[in-house]
Amino acid sequence: MSGAGNGFNRRRFLAVGGGLAALAVTGCGSNTGRAPEGGSGSSGGRPALSQWYHQYGEPGTQQAVEKYAKEYADATVTVQWSPGDYDKKTASALLTDGGPDVFEYGNGPSIDMIKGGQVVDLTELLGDTKSDFTPSLIARNTYQGKLYAIPQVTDMQLLVYRKSLLSAAGVQPPTTVDELIAAAKKLTTDKVKGLFVGNDGGVGILGGPALWSAGVDYLKEDNTFGFDDPAAVESLRKLRELFTSKALLLGAPTDWSDPSAFTQGLTAMQFTGLWTFPQIQKAFGDDFGVLPWPKLDSSTGAPSVTVGAYGSAVSAKSKNVDAAKKFVKWLWVDQTDKQLDWAQSYGFHIPARKSLAEKAEKLKSGPAADAVRFVNENGHAQTPLLWTPKSGTAYSDALNRIIKSGSDPATEIKAVKAVVEAELKRVAG
Amino acid sequence: MSTISTRLRGRHDRNLWFLIFVGPFVLGLVVFVYVPILWSIWLSFFDAYNTVTPTNFVGLSNYLDMLRDSSFRSSLLTFVVFALFIVPTTFVASLGLALLVNRARFAKTFFRSVFFLPTACSYVVASLIWKLSIFSGVRFGLMNTVLGWFGIEPVAWLSVTQPPWYWLVIVTARMWLQAGFYMILFLAGLQRIAPSLYEAAAIDGATGWKVLRFISLPQLRATSTAVLLLLLINAFQAFDEFYNLLSSSGQYPPYARPPLVYLYYAALGQGQDFGHGSAGAVILTLLIALVALGQGRFLGLGRKED
Repeated sequence: MSGAGNGFNRRRFLAVGGGLAALAVTGCGSNTGRAPEGGSGSSGGRPALSQWYHQYGEPGTQQAVEKYAKEYADATVTVQWSPGDYDKKTASALLTDGGPDVFEYGNGPSIDMIKGGQVVDLTELLGDTKSDFTPSLIARNTYQGKLYAIPQVTDMQLLVYRKSLLSAAGVQPPTTVDELIAAAKKLTTDKVKGLFVGNDGGVGILGGPALWSAGVDYLKEDNTFGFDDPAAVESLRKLRELFTSKALLLGAPTDWSDPSAFTQGLTAMQFTGLWTFPQIQKAFGDDFGVLPWPKLDSSTGAPSVTVGAYGSAVSAKSKNVDAAKKFVKWLWVDQTDKQLDWAQSYGFHIPARKSLAEKAEKLKSGPAADAVRFVNENGHAQTPLLWTPKSGTAYSDALNRIIKSGSDPATEIKAVKAVVEAELKRVAG
Repeated sequence: MSTISTRLRGRHDRNLWFLIFVGPFVLGLVVFVYVPILWSIWLSFFDAYNTVTPTNFVGLSNYLDMLRDSSFRSSLLTFVVFALFIVPTTFVASLGLALLVNRARFAKTFFRSVFFLPTACSYVVASLIWKLSIFSGVRFGLMNTVLGWFGIEPVAWLSVTQPPWYWLVIVTARMWLQAGFYMILFLAGLQRIAPSLYEAAAIDGATGWKVLRFISLPQLRATSTAVLLLLLINAFQAFDEFYNLLSSSGQYPPYARPPLVYLYYAALGQGQDFGHGSAGAVILTLLIALVALGQGRFLGLGRKED
């Protein structure tokens, strides 16, 4: 019963958040996934490590990481597989001694985790292999010259389209945003919508592409605010135009990260991730193609795809920091066969190392090969390291107001700029 | 020695049994409510990013930041709008149901159970049913199918702000879940009214609306006051249905973000900003206390019945 009575106290709990989160996690300290240890963090002479993953959607992934962990000889590694809100759970657990030794984090640890000393420097682990890792991912995980996470795999977001539907409607794959809007309108019928960019109309995933499409970025090279620019204003205005075009699918049963809306024929085009390719291929065979988010117009910006990666990091509160670092090096730097297996045996991902990406058979032909080309030619890291959650919320609030309520993009960008500049000042140095 | 022990145990071991039954609850209350509240108040005076044992004392600056933060202020506005929707509608619905069920001539228990059962449903489950089945934005969603029979185009209930259909989804979900609970409160109140009052009214020729207006409603005054207060506090604490209906891929729209959802994102989200989050929680607690006291004074909660 969550309404009256009992719910009362439970919600007040949530309101006083900080202390409770820590307490709750401490209270569940035994459930860390770490092997039983005799107080010294070792078991049978070998150090005991706990390694945390979020719950991957692809079948077989959990067994794979458990197998990798078992094969490691120098420590007893216990894998904890976490369904639910992994990011928040991990962030809270890192405050306590009950957290993981090794953990993955989307796009690597946040700037506040790094500045708060919650994760350790992993720079030395790469050695000669540094140049083999995708440079944008290494840059994303580096702060003041020190590397804080080893990229495990490269993921990307891009447009997929149903070839047969486009040719039936006489529509060419769009290369500018105007062409995309026109195509979406033309592909819309009473049963099928033209485009799906998430149930929020693209607020969650198009923030980055809209900027790159206009030739700007979240932050400039010198880490100052990046999009106080007329082209960005125009690009965000186009997102509003798309939202009001009646060609967008809204309120679908699953969101953009799942291919169901596309494979069930609710939409002709969808902005989604590379990981959905096995399901799309199963549904349509060769009847689909891929595109980057198009450039704003023929003279402005460039097409783009969003690139992200889960990075493997080591908690500073680990009792065995050195053993944890050795394990991370073993798994994500030395064991290339396991990295290749992890990237391509369960879903579609691009190995984080260039030499392995070249070996990945599944990525050599068809739409997957096009996707890999986009990563190299049009890839952008999802958000920069100094783009804090508060900056992210300010931008996403602005996008919400622009896209859904028709607010003026120029005014909204100014408001975002004020928040971002204050945040940059806070985390600088 | 034995006298002290006997005295401590009380007559028939009453003190001992009291401690056994009440002790664990008191301990739970202290550990899981009072300690976090005090800890939170302490954190609110510190810069506490990604730590709950901070060192950088900042005085009242977190409080000032929160009061200046337009998002926090707009979250309070969201609450006001929500309360304006949910408090009167649930009040009228639960009172109406109680009157109907009270007068039912047959299957009384059945009807009471039917209206009370949704209270047992989880907010998360109800939100998912509302979001994925009833108010799904695609043409085969339940509401859109019904609209389709009248030739009306599918509505993206939770994706548009003009018109703000999301309020309909949020308010109906909560109303369905909590009307039964308040119905029971009203029912208890109605059953406490002496039948002689109704008989006297009948002799005086009062019927229908007049009986309700001059007998039932005045007699329900104490219950109504308590229901209003509970409804308002519950509205302040709205979280589950907002969070589950409107969050998507790590984002949350600003237009329907009540205070708890905002603080959740600030303190427990990736932000892990416990200083500001705690300051916001303290401000919110004070506001709830203030409103409750004000309402109690205005409506006379706890005052001796005239």
